[in-house]
Amino acid sequence: MVTAAPDHRSRRGVDTPLNWEFTPPELARCSTSNCAPVPTSVIAVNAFTTASPPRARIGDPCASEGCEESGPDHRHPTQPQRRWRRWAVGLAVGAPLALAGCNFYPSYGASRGATKQGQETFKLYSGMMTTGVIVGGIVFLLILWTIFRYRKRSDEMPRQFHENVPIEVLYTVIPILIVGVLFAFTVLTENNVDATVPVNATFTSTGKPVVDIRVTAFQWGWRFDYTGLNVGVAGETTNGPNNHGPQMVVPVGQTVQVTLVSDDVIHGFYVRDFNFSRYALPGVTNLFDLDVLHAGTYNGQCTQICGLYHSEMLFSVRAVSPAAFSQWASSEVASGHTLLGSGASAQDTPPPDTHQTNGSGYNTPAQAKGDQ
Amino acid sequence: MTTTIEPPELISPEEPGGPDGHAPGSLHGEGEHAHHEGPTGIINWLTSTDHKVIGKSYMITSLILFFIAGIMALVMRTQLATPTSSLVSFQTYNELFTMHGSIMMYLFAGPFAFGGLANYIVPLQVGAPDMAFPRLNALSYWLFLSGSITMMSGFLVAGGAASYGWVSYAPLSNATNSPGSGADLWLMSLALTGFSAIFTGVNLCATIFYLRAPGMTMFRIPIFSWNMLVTAILILIAFPVLFGAVVLLFCDRHFGTHIFTVQGGGVPVLWQNLFWFFGHPEVYILALPYFGMVTDIIPVFSRKPLFGYKGMVFATMSIAALSTGVWAHHMFTTGVVLLPFFSLLSYLIAVPTGIKFFNWIGTMWGGQVSFQTPMLFSIGFLLAFLMGGVTGVLLASPPVDFMTHDTYFVVAHFHQVLIGTAVFAGFAGFYFWYPKMFGRMLRESLGKLHFWGLFIGFWVAFMPQYVLGLDGMPRRVAAYLPSNGWTTLNVISTVGAFIIGASFLFFLANLWVSWRDPIPAGDNPWDGHALEWFTSSPPPHHNYSQLPPIRSERPTWDYNHPEHRTLVTGHAKKTADDLENVGAGS
Repeated sequence: MVTAAPDHRSRRGVDTPLNWEFTPPELARCSTSNCAPVPTSVIAVNAFTTASPPRARIGDPCASEGCEESGPDHRHPTQPQRRWRRWAVGLAVGAPLALAGCNFYPSYGASRGATKQGQETFKLYSGMMTTGVIVGGIVFLLILWTIFRYRKRSDEMPRQFHENVPIEVLYTVIPILIVGVLFAFTVLTENNVDATVPVNATFTSTGKPVVDIRVTAFQWGWRFDYTGLNVGVAGETTNGPNNHGPQMVVPVGQTVQVTLVSDDVIHGFYVRDFNFSRYALPGVTNLFDLDVLHAGTYNGQCTQICGLYHSEMLFSVRAVSPAAFSQWASSEVASGHTLLGSGASAQDTPPPDTHQTNGSGYNTPAQAKGDQ
Repeated sequence: MTTTIEPPELISPEEPGGPDGHAPGSLHGEGEHAHHEGPTGIINWLTSTDHKVIGKSYMITSLILFFIAGIMALVMRTQLATPTSSLVSFQTYNELFTMHGSIMMYLFAGPFAFGGLANYIVPLQVGAPDMAFPRLNALSYWLFLSGSITMMSGFLVAGGAASYGWVSYAPLSNATNSPGSGADLWLMSLALTGFSAIFTGVNLCATIFYLRAPGMTMFRIPIFSWNMLVTAILILIAFPVLFGAVVLLFCDRHFGTHIFTVQGGGVPVLWQNLFWFFGHPEVYILALPYFGMVTDIIPVFSRKPLFGYKGMVFATMSIAALSTGVWAHHMFTTGVVLLPFFSLLSYLIAVPTGIKFFNWIGTMWGGQVSFQTPMLFSIGFLLAFLMGGVTGVLLASPPVDFMTHDTYFVVAHFHQVLIGTAVFAGFAGFYFWYPKMFGRMLRESLGKLHFWGLFIGFWVAFMPQYVLGLDGMPRRVAAYLPSNGWTTLNVISTVGAFIIGASFLFFLANLWVSWRDPIPAGDNPWDGHALEWFTSSPPPHHNYSQLPPIRSERPTWDYNHPEHRTLVTGHAKKTADDLENVGAGS
């Protein structure tokens, strides 16, 4: 498209002041005479130099490149455009490279992932974001360049061209290729993220132990049942750091298979640092694996609107070493947080209120309920 | 029409191509010519079947609703500016975001386009005296108005308005979890406005297919009318499904059925399938009209024909076709959809959308681009929609959707897309056609202030929301923990929202000034291309007393600029030499 520019130039370049204001059609109407090809001497001074000076600065490459002002007569006719091209190409190629220079996968604000699956997702996200920055950036610059380069500078009638089949084919095929590549990477990542070990397996194919956790979402809280360990943690366990709801404790370096169900309406199980969410959907049992790689505490929250206390439906995940995990499990059993106890209490009594807690400035139940 | 060139022969539109020729079935047809006596004032507005009066009614109603929903947004943004604000209760907050979304989606963005601007402009663009079924058109408006009042009245009943989000996911929306009558009013409203949309869709199809002026072949219809035709067909595909789903949900709520409840053997996820089978075409029902507006505006302010007319038509059709097969990309995290299929189709929508972008750029390329208010808003649309579109491609990928679903990333994405279309492009269309509708100009200075306020506020409000979403902030929460560290970005976003709100004061001032101190617009203030600029402003009762010859998609331009006529579009490949001779002969 850029190569066509000299043709356009032969049709423009009468150096009248800019007319930014509303022009009556009678005045704007072009007569045949001022559409005639312009002499070369006029071409030489047209592009960024002779039109109304203050406005022309916007598009002046010298302003950003810091080169000295030279009179229009020193310039080769195509020089301003070449500079522009170099500048635009430099930015389009340079900016992503500069970003990528920091790390092969720039984070663009996302978590790099605390699980194996989350890291896979992060890499896909980062790659797609880089593609988006490049493609979006090119289109963005193209729009800006077009409106500055072809802003109205005279009443001359522009060439009434339209349709160009090769270009139209080009801008159809290239996006198809781009989304084809993105789709291929998507499918590969998706298969890795969605892969689960067989249900009720106690070891993965590589010999890692599997911890089964049945996660039940309800209005408004969470229950984490460790089916193999006879441990149940219910929603009222909200004494964690930051008052961040019940806590799911998982071992680092083992595979956690989560069975996600809902007791009532749809909830969303979402942990930001796992780069993952899944609906707890009534009538559906969702299964996914988490291979937590780093010890730490990760905040989670319900993401799907589930009624009045959706905002407070928090939980957290604490990843600890396998030894600490076994210790935690036996202490939970010892203190009566067993599968049976927790499950029975959840069935016999109304779901515990997650907001029956000391809110350090957070909405207290009295306040929230009183507003109803 | 003052002109320095010899005008081509004009055609009298005695028989403008309709089966009857005259305004079909106009209730007051005989009495409503401007120079006849007939109902005036409020009675005229209440009884008229004139597409221009109905179109204006639609626009005024939907703009009022737009401002109401905008104020709700400002209340929500104020609530979120501090982590634990007690400005509104959780219940009120849930009602606010539900009604904000519902009004913006069902009562503003759609009706403003296909009930308002399209109702007014499409018959003019195709050279018709009115819509094909004027009384059905009036019924559409009254259904829309009563549906809007029905939805708003939810705030007045015990228990408050619907509070389950504009998507109304079962089983949260069933009688157990949402017992109030606000939810029933919401469902009623969807049934009423749904039929309003269906009738308008029928009307637009019939008008565009049967009431075109002589010479107005399908490939000479301006792109706005083309997009309205495709939109109308999408309405006919999507809205009946919504109506069906609403009826089923109503049965669940009141008649003891268990279609969406597990306890009775129902399937909650069925609601999502039905809703999004409507909902995703709906997204394009909201977008395509606005694409059409921008596609009509950019050539006028570039003083060039559209770069690829047929490319644009086929891109619109592709978007419409693909949009019926991508609904489950809203359900990637349910775990019960075939991910690769819906992912691939969602990706493919980027291709025709990209074609549109390159067409818009190609239209400006080599033109004389002037920056009056409609064009500024169109460029604002290009940039806003580009950002929303790029993040939309990311969301077509299921793993990326897993990490961002129902977070503020998605909120930022669809606000950028919908504000890009319904607000930037919608107000571009409003500023563009206002002189035609009211015969007077809007002030350029106030219009530019409106634009820059909106443009700056838009980026300040929504760019932080992408970061918030990636930082883990879920949507539809009324409070968050101070320790989450989301406060600063939320404050910035709130400031942006108020800048957007303030920019609309300039818009209202513009309307006021234009009303108190009119500047006559003349028939064709922008040197427009399509047929509507040929008639007077505002047009007479049956739109045209004479028509120019229609030999391309821009008959008014051809008439005014006989030496710069659009080449007869079509088959012949144009070389540079061909183009050199444009207008030389004829």
